[in-house]
Amino acid sequence: MIVAVASGKGGTGKTTVSASLASVWPSPVVAVDLDVEEPNLHLFMNPDISAQDPSYIEIPEIDDEKCTRCRACTDICQFKAIGIFGEVVMTFPEMCHGCGACWTICPEKAITPGKRELGQILSGRSGPSAFVMGRLRVGEAMSPPLMRDVKRHLNSGNGYADRDIIIDAPPGVSCPAINAVMDADVIVLVTEPTPFGLYDLALAQQAFAPLGKPMGVVINRADIGTRDVYDHCQKTGLTILAEIPYQRDIAEAYAKGQIIAAAVPSMRALFETLVGQIKTLHGQPSMAREVKHA
Amino acid sequence: MEKIAVSSEGPDMDARVDPRFGRAAGFIIIDPDTMAFEYVDNGSSQVMAQGAGIQAAEIVAATGARVLLTGFVGPKAFQALNAAGITIGQNVDNLTVREAVQRFQAGDVPVADAPNSRGHRS
Ligand code: SF4
Ligand code: SF4
Repeated sequence: MIVAVASGKGGTGKTTVSASLASVWPSPVVAVDLDVEEPNLHLFMNPDISAQDPSYIEIPEIDDEKCTRCRACTDICQFKAIGIFGEVVMTFPEMCHGCGACWTICPEKAITPGKRELGQILSGRSGPSAFVMGRLRVGEAMSPPLMRDVKRHLNSGNGYADRDIIIDAPPGVSCPAINAVMDADVIVLVTEPTPFGLYDLALAQQAFAPLGKPMGVVINRADIGTRDVYDHCQKTGLTILAEIPYQRDIAEAYAKGQIIAAAVPSMRALFETLVGQIKTLHGQPSMAREVKHA
Repeated sequence: MEKIAVSSEGPDMDARVDPRFGRAAGFIIIDPDTMAFEYVDNGSSQVMAQGAGIQAAEIVAATGARVLLTGFVGPKAFQALNAAGITIGQNVDNLTVREAVQRFQAGDVPVADAPNSRGHRS
């Protein structure tokens, strides 16, 4: 099973929930940080990193001698990463999405694929769990291709087969967030019972619903705000999987960078129950699917 | 003399200079010796999510113009225009196309050696 832990915005406790799930999961998991722009799961899980592999995207390199300025490449590139200015042909590597259309179409075979580094894939262990994270190169703007490479790494053997996977997804509802939850069997949304929490939860719910995955909610700092998030979940049929109370010992463990399920006994019990809830949710038809069938 | 391109809000010499280069409505290409001109539409660049400046630079380069008068040019388009050997006069806005050309001919338009567009997204 693949579980993605997501939230409509940062700072809701998403990473704490991911790390806690990994630590109480009944069998060794693969914990994956797909928040490649700002990875921080490792700060809680303290993994021993044993491998670091660069990830690249292919970009065009043009042989000026062979190029006849026929414009086929610049016409096909949706991203304007190649331009022809009078007699000058120029590439804009940082705008290239690596689709390969240009070197496929070039009638003169003047284009060969070169590479641009997207970032690194780091992998190792944290206790019984395997740990994998993607880290975007500073200045790099495209995270989805690096995220795809991290997923490819997960499928490449490496002893990950047969393990359940817990994904710490990037916050938000944009392309990277969708990309991270796309392959999950269950999506866990982490939120807070505040007006902002409700707003971001509703956005995330809307963005992910078309994927047709079972979704449930974990409410963090459950006693700080109002009942609106609860009412919303009830109205829209979102299961509340767990409520993490706002409690001093939890806040302290969190502040020390500890995994709350490991540091606070009541939290271990709560997360063990959450694992059961997630497993129940897995295999239940999702709201979106029911709607489609109706 | 070399042809001059001016980013323009409309198809004639009395239209206003469009301050945006990449997303300009179009370009007026002027032969300064005869003051004959033609209008080239930039509509296809205007609707682009990214790369509008690069596409606009391609359009201008293809007209054979060697000088561009406009408001703001982003860094990538600047790089492209430079490589194509096109001289850029920036901050020529709040004028008509005709006035901009006259100013350039009088030597009153400083030639830019750096892009001036801030907050450029692509
Ligand atoms: S690989 Fe694709 S995105 Fe990159 S320059 Fe070629 S056509 Fe454009
Ligand atoms: S398709 Fe090939 S030959 Fe044609 S302009 Fe591009 S690089 Fe040159």
